[in-house]
Amino acid sequence: MRNPLNSKITGIQPSGIRKFFDIVADMKDAISLGVGEPDFDTPWHIREEGIHSLERGRTFYTSNSGLKELRQEIAKYIKRNYDVDYNPLTEVMVTVGGSEAIDLAMRVMLDPEDEVLIPQPSYVSYVPCAIMAGGVPVPIELEEKDEFRLTPEKLEEKITEKTKLLVLPFPNNPTGAIMEKEDLEKLVSIIEEHDIYLITDEIYSELSYKGKSSSIIEFPGMRERTVYINGFSKAYAMTGWRLGYCCGPQLIMKQILKLHQFAIMCAPTTSQYAAVEALKNGDEDIAKMREAYNERRRYLVTRLRDMGMECFEPYGAFYVFPSVKNFGMSSEEFATKLLEEEKVAIVPGTAFGDCGEGFMRISYAYSIQDLKKALDGIERFVSRLKTK
Amino acid sequence: MREKILTIIEKNSRLTVKDIASILGEDEAKVTAEIEALENEHIICGYHTLINWDKTNDERVDALIEVKVTPQRGLGFDSIAQRIYQYDEVDAVYLMSGSFDFTVLISGKTMKEVASFVSSKLSPMDSVLSTATHFVLKKYKDHGTVIEQPKVDERMKVSP
Repeated sequence: MRNPLNSKITGIQPSGIRKFFDIVADMKDAISLGVGEPDFDTPWHIREEGIHSLERGRTFYTSNSGLKELRQEIAKYIKRNYDVDYNPLTEVMVTVGGSEAIDLAMRVMLDPEDEVLIPQPSYVSYVPCAIMAGGVPVPIELEEKDEFRLTPEKLEEKITEKTKLLVLPFPNNPTGAIMEKEDLEKLVSIIEEHDIYLITDEIYSELSYKGKSSSIIEFPGMRERTVYINGFSKAYAMTGWRLGYCCGPQLIMKQILKLHQFAIMCAPTTSQYAAVEALKNGDEDIAKMREAYNERRRYLVTRLRDMGMECFEPYGAFYVFPSVKNFGMSSEEFATKLLEEEKVAIVPGTAFGDCGEGFMRISYAYSIQDLKKALDGIERFVSRLKTK
Repeated sequence: MREKILTIIEKNSRLTVKDIASILGEDEAKVTAEIEALENEHIICGYHTLINWDKTNDERVDALIEVKVTPQRGLGFDSIAQRIYQYDEVDAVYLMSGSFDFTVLISGKTMKEVASFVSSKLSPMDSVLSTATHFVLKKYKDHGTVIEQPKVDERMKVSP
């Protein structure tokens, strides 16, 4: 028999987080701080709107690019947050989660051999998506001394003749790093000079704890070379609804829509109706959840520092990224031993790129009570390491 | 900082001062002083525990009584309220707008006990015109907390 598989696909490494997940899943009583989704339920008024749409029998396909009303609300949302205009009819498309948009944007923009700059540590799908799209992923290794922000020096260092795309994954999973306005500003002239296109993945944009988050699309000329990606999962605690969106110049969006049409048809209809309600009346929910995350963030950082774990102050998403370099162990070793000895699960930084070595991702999408219990375990573990 | 402390301990009064200080990113001594001040000013009036008595073997009935009264010259409603809230079995007394004057929340061991409180203590009071007693059949949510069943974390234990 011939080999049924495509060698490009079989060559892709499975997600590093998967291996760890299997170990934790087998442990019944493990306390986990390893989750990458909100602990809140979707606000009731949003769920209610989804239920209502089902009751009304709205169970059909929507147009390929999504409900018109939803696209209009998305365009309004971006306008009021960043003062940037997208035409809801031709420049906004609703996707199945932000992750579909990442995949489509790469496929549409990459030709074979084109290089994609991917700052790391970052979300697990950028590299595989770049490979599947035929491109060549080129990691940019971010450093703790820069608070894991992308600096102009680091960007320039990796640019070659073949560089076509840059991914901007901020606020960042797993580091919690953000890019402030002045950080982004420094990149603009380099991007223009080298004629680089951008994918900005701003799925955590609402979870920013140092004032309103900034976007690259706010800078003159950048909107024209950017696919802006966001979604409902993190901001409105809607992960299971699988709903995201992307916006960009018509030239690019036309091709993205074409792919989406053939692969997906349209995003789930029920979710789209719920999302309209979220954008119209969900600002207060976001503010409430943001405040709760912020309380937990401060609690977590303080306690980690008190127990002697070094960590820079993360201002975004819901992760803290402490260093374990002082304990003379690799990230994976630390994670495995912590799980064995205290039954606390946190994710090794290496799951998000090689340069995550020496760091751990701790999620604070948990109640203070849960955090407290898990941190007590980490504290016992760390104090034993220190006395050794 | 005051409002923040209050909203945090309103949800969970078992947090230590150290915890609260970390959550707020404030100094521990400052938080201690603030809580003391809040207690002294009687803004923090107590630290209670939310209990679902239905799950215990303790027999207990709760009732909500609507009370209509004649306010007294010069004293308004306050002195009548005071005469009602002095009873130990009364959990809460609120002055209301609308078609009646007071809401009285009361709990007793049996319906009979509650009924006898209404008929022998509350109704005979001079200024009380009428009462309407409603017994609580089941509590679903209390003090912002769904008490019927504990929330279970259904998320996958680890996800990217």
